[in-house]
Amino acid sequence: MRDHDTKIGVLAGVLARSVGLNRDLLLKIELLSDPKWLYVVRGAVERLAETVGFAAAECRSVVRAVDEALTNVMRHCYCGRLDQPIELSFRWLGGHSKAGQKKGLEILLCDRGPAVDKSKLHPKTSGELQPGGLGLQFIREAMDSVGYKRVGHTNLLRLVKYLPSEKP
Amino acid sequence: MQISIRRVDNATIVDVSGDIDLASSPEVRKVLLHEVRDNRKPRVVMNLSAVRYIDSSGVASLVEGLKASRDIGSRFILVGLNGPAREVLQLSRLVKVFEIYNTEVEALAARV
Repeated sequence: MRDHDTKIGVLAGVLARSVGLNRDLLLKIELLSDPKWLYVVRGAVERLAETVGFAAAECRSVVRAVDEALTNVMRHCYCGRLDQPIELSFRWLGGHSKAGQKKGLEILLCDRGPAVDKSKLHPKTSGELQPGGLGLQFIREAMDSVGYKRVGHTNLLRLVKYLPSEKP
Repeated sequence: MQISIRRVDNATIVDVSGDIDLASSPEVRKVLLHEVRDNRKPRVVMNLSAVRYIDSSGVASLVEGLKASRDIGSRFILVGLNGPAREVLQLSRLVKVFEIYNTEVEALAARV
């Protein structure tokens, strides 16, 4: 687990630096792929989003996006195994007040499961009475940016939500 | 998450409280399908007034309950759809698919 943790952390850092955005690490969570921890993570994410400055509805949508992303990893990447590593990093964007640079929250979700089939990353058509498939829809509707990358043996999901633009 | 069953006249009331997520939605699904398919009550009412959070797997469980009820010609009703649960069903574009009432009394009295 320790070796996994270190490698995931290094890879997440490489991806973060390669994107070239200003960032400050706010919170890092390492957990096992047991659904019982979703409740704990939701609580932390809700408080974090509130602290960063999101309004109540936006906090709920951030919580929903992270929760659904974790659920997808647990179900589809780790196929229900309860003992696999997942890492979440929450970083502040726009910390150095560059003109025109949007401020917001960047969330990196890393897992060591098999590579994701990108063709399955499209949300289901809404309104269909089909069980399941809503998670991706919730994620894309909640976040301003959703990106996936495979680095070595690690899946990296990057979610970004910007704070509402300040009125002049 | 806690789930319990009550029988009222010819209906089953399923009371759920807490969070319905990947950890608890399998139990919700199991209970709903048992009540709809096995007990075959003409009306199964899902009380969501004490649900604080529901994710896509929870919504999927509700959809499965609805489909199972349609298969056998019974009714599957949601009551007490509060803020978090209503918001998620609206995001799922499923609010108009379910039969929804504000209170249990209304749900039990509602005619077809």
